[in-house]
Amino acid sequence: MNSRSLQTTIIFLVIGGILALAFGGFFGSASRQFNSVLVEVQTWISTRFLGFQDFVTAPRDIVSLRQRNAELEAQVSQLQAQVIELQQRVNETDILAALVDFSRSNPESTYKAASVIGRDPSPFLHYIIINRGSNDDIRRGMPVVTNQGLVGRIDAVIADAARVQLITDPASSINVYLQNADTSATLFGSVTGDVSLDMISQNVVVESGDLILTSGLGGGFPADLIIGQVVTVRTLEFELFQQATVQPAVDFSRLEIVLVITNFRPVDISPLEPVSTPSP
Amino acid sequence: MRNIIAFPLLLLAVILQSSVVSEIRLLSGYADLPFLLIAAWALQERVESAWHWGAIACLVVGFVTSLPWPVLTAGYLSVIFMARILQRRVWQAPLLAMFSVVFLGTLFFHLLSFVTLSVLGTPFNFSDVLGLITLPSLLLNMLFSIPIYTLMRDLSYWVYPSEEFE
Repeated sequence: MNSRSLQTTIIFLVIGGILALAFGGFFGSASRQFNSVLVEVQTWISTRFLGFQDFVTAPRDIVSLRQRNAELEAQVSQLQAQVIELQQRVNETDILAALVDFSRSNPESTYKAASVIGRDPSPFLHYIIINRGSNDDIRRGMPVVTNQGLVGRIDAVIADAARVQLITDPASSINVYLQNADTSATLFGSVTGDVSLDMISQNVVVESGDLILTSGLGGGFPADLIIGQVVTVRTLEFELFQQATVQPAVDFSRLEIVLVITNFRPVDISPLEPVSTPSP
Repeated sequence: MRNIIAFPLLLLAVILQSSVVSEIRLLSGYADLPFLLIAAWALQERVESAWHWGAIACLVVGFVTSLPWPVLTAGYLSVIFMARILQRRVWQAPLLAMFSVVFLGTLFFHLLSFVTLSVLGTPFNFSDVLGLITLPSLLLNMLFSIPIYTLMRDLSYWVYPSEEFE
């Protein structure tokens, strides 16, 4: 080692030693002042550098952030659409599961599931349109139900769709049986969508909550399909029959999937009805 | 040839009526989209095919609804008749004509439906029908009539371009 490099080494060692002692706090106030100056310089340089860095790189970052934001927004909307779709599927699955339970608990009938795809364009009529028709062996007069109860009957059929007259239709009338009161009556629809009972004998006691089932009389519907419950009874002594308002078991405003009972054929009893003949 | 747009447009209107508009209820009433379309179409000055559109509307709606065909035919064609008369007389205030046609047409159509269904044996209470179906439907029809009139006016410019019209 020559004298020059030895000198350099010594200088480095001395300065290094002083710095180490200064950083170690061995020089007291002088050391603190040195440190604070150092920190301030460091801070100043760092701040200016960061400002410069921001200035240089910020535009590129905004562009990339915007791109990333757009990507994430697209992803969020995709995921939201997926969530909605999955919720719909869950709803459908729930409805189908309930309908499967219903069909298992009523094995005497054969069912065909159909989706409700529309309603009658006229507000005077309460009809729905389903996506099953004569191609699926659907015939006029077949009863339509859900797991909750009776919905109506098939009124018209084309190849791939059918129109169902709801029990709430003003022209609908169904022979029913009041289970608790053990009597028959007739159920009528109305323009408001409410259903009511009429032709209840004055001799029977009908109470709120009595269960209403189809009686099967007239051959239009199979017996023992649930329709709803009696809400209020109106009894007037001077009238021939009692009347009652009914809470239907089916929520007609939220019909999505229904079951058509395909092994039931309505009986046409019109030829057996008495015809008035003109007296001679 | 551009009049062929009547088929897809009225089909779309009936599909929308059956699946969407009939769910937007006010009490028990709802708007009648095919009715509004043909009323607005018949009110356009340059339109010559209003009766054809009415016939197509009867055909398409009659296919879906349970209303008797004569009610539809008489209802829709009367609306076109009213619109053509008013279009000649109130031509300077087309929206006023549209409101008049929708008002009178809705009342006439509902009265016709009420009478026909009652004659056919459906029990109706007149005050229920008026308060729960006709008046709410009338209000909704009036509300929908403004955008539909604008839409049909633009469509009439496309079907009957001005050079051809002049």
